[in-house]
Amino acid sequence: MNVRQRDENPAGIHLPLDPLPGHTSRGRLERVLRRGEFAVTTELNPPDSADPEDVYNRAKIFDGWVDAINAVDASGANCHMSSVGICALLTRMGYAPIMQIACRDKNRIAIQGDVLGGAAMGVANMLCLTGDGVQAGDQPGAKPVFDLDSMSLLETIRIMRDNGKFLSGRKLTTPPQVFLGCAVNPFAPPYDFRPIHLGKKIAAGAQFAQTQYCFDVPMFKTFMQKARDLGHTEKLFLLCGVGPLASAKTAKWIRSNVPGIHIPDAVIKRLEGAQDQKKEGKQLCIDIINEVKEIPGVAGIHVMAYRQEEYVAEIVDESGVLKGRQPWQREIRRDDQIVAERLDHILHDEITETQVDMVKTAH
Amino acid sequence: MSEKQPAVTQATLVKKAAPKSDYKPADVSPQRRVQRTFAVRLWSIRHSRLLEWFYSRFADVFLLLHPLWKGIGYSRVEAPVKFVEKRVKGFMFDCRMCGQCVLSSTGMSCPMNCPKQLRNGPCGGVRANGNCEVEPDMPCVWVKAWEGSRNMVHGDKILDVQKPVDQSLRETSAWLRVTAQAAAARETNQNPGASA
Repeated sequence: MNVRQRDENPAGIHLPLDPLPGHTSRGRLERVLRRGEFAVTTELNPPDSADPEDVYNRAKIFDGWVDAINAVDASGANCHMSSVGICALLTRMGYAPIMQIACRDKNRIAIQGDVLGGAAMGVANMLCLTGDGVQAGDQPGAKPVFDLDSMSLLETIRIMRDNGKFLSGRKLTTPPQVFLGCAVNPFAPPYDFRPIHLGKKIAAGAQFAQTQYCFDVPMFKTFMQKARDLGHTEKLFLLCGVGPLASAKTAKWIRSNVPGIHIPDAVIKRLEGAQDQKKEGKQLCIDIINEVKEIPGVAGIHVMAYRQEEYVAEIVDESGVLKGRQPWQREIRRDDQIVAERLDHILHDEITETQVDMVKTAH
Repeated sequence: MSEKQPAVTQATLVKKAAPKSDYKPADVSPQRRVQRTFAVRLWSIRHSRLLEWFYSRFADVFLLLHPLWKGIGYSRVEAPVKFVEKRVKGFMFDCRMCGQCVLSSTGMSCPMNCPKQLRNGPCGGVRANGNCEVEPDMPCVWVKAWEGSRNMVHGDKILDVQKPVDQSLRETSAWLRVTAQAAAARETNQNPGASA
């Protein structure tokens, strides 16, 4: 198990990787994508708790299957552990989190502070989102902030990184080195504007993009065709969002309650016709992955399996998108292993040593 | 990005748990309570080309009057100009007086009417029928902006990345600001080196 991991700092898993020419971040995700490998990212279901173990346990099930983990920022406008907090925990353990920043809850002062704080903790990837409206979540009475929008947020972080300045022009002593991402939804109107809108995001600073759930492959193909024609796929790594549907009932519920997710009737029919709907939902996800991975310009997939996280590994495995490659995985280091071997007995031995005994044996 | 839970949303539960009262206002956003209809706003977007032409003539006239504004003093004309601007733009575009008008870059659809006040394009939550995710009966400001921009001569200005709103400029006159800036730009063009 002591094979040196490819994308790991030998001095410590929590440390940033060596800078590479042409890379803006010192993270694993950018390396994987720039090497041309098919990347897999996923989303961590944020705990409603103050226990770090909850985060570690939820991250553990992705070990060895994904290249980066999204730390969501109050998704659906529901309160959860903050993305900054999740990132702090994940970076300590060597994971590569993608810190999501939603414009709903924080103004430009707080956001720029979080960008610096996140980068200082070793967050190498940041995803700029507008964020769902407050009416969608568990606190509909909250004040919506929306001081920046996803585009100006991208530009703000790009200016911080490349020009070493705050939005106000004040200088940074050390700029944040981050790989910037954005979200795309090819499945919502205005359909013909969406690819052009993506171009605008690239101009603002986006280097990778994750799409909304893709259940309609032909529609996604049309979008990709336009994106390729506009030359976007050469400037940006596009990860297609996929995920398993638990049942036809859930699918219908999502369709009518979650704005921006487009589920065609054919998908619901297929689920309804199945014996085991959960299994069929997983199979459908794998089928979609197999279709989208062949589309030119798709650099990876983003697996969102909310409350079905245990399926992520199976989905990635069965779809074979990694082609035998193993993403970074937390391993026991050589020195830790030696210590564990030598001192293992103290866990099992029933001897209670007193100081007097210790002195005697030492002589 | 999304959160799915079966049956009812948490928001519904929160609303249901509210104490009973005889006064129960319609369950819509605060802005919807102010705004009754979108008809004029939509008319303006349909006639974006005409308004674009008119706006550019209008800006020329305002610039022509720059010596007059300067003579009286911009700060003194601010109040009456703002009074007119607020009412005219309020009627035509449901203007929110952000003070940094980008109508010509957004297909004559005021982006400040977006509940998220997005100035650079639609969010991912636009409904399949082209309506807003927050206000289900309002056509998405950005769907309309894209339609409006397609009719305009300089419609591709929609591709410009807009800076975040400067909140300190709210409730000031965008007309006077644009005029003063254009006048300043004209002066530096006429005698370059003067300001250097």
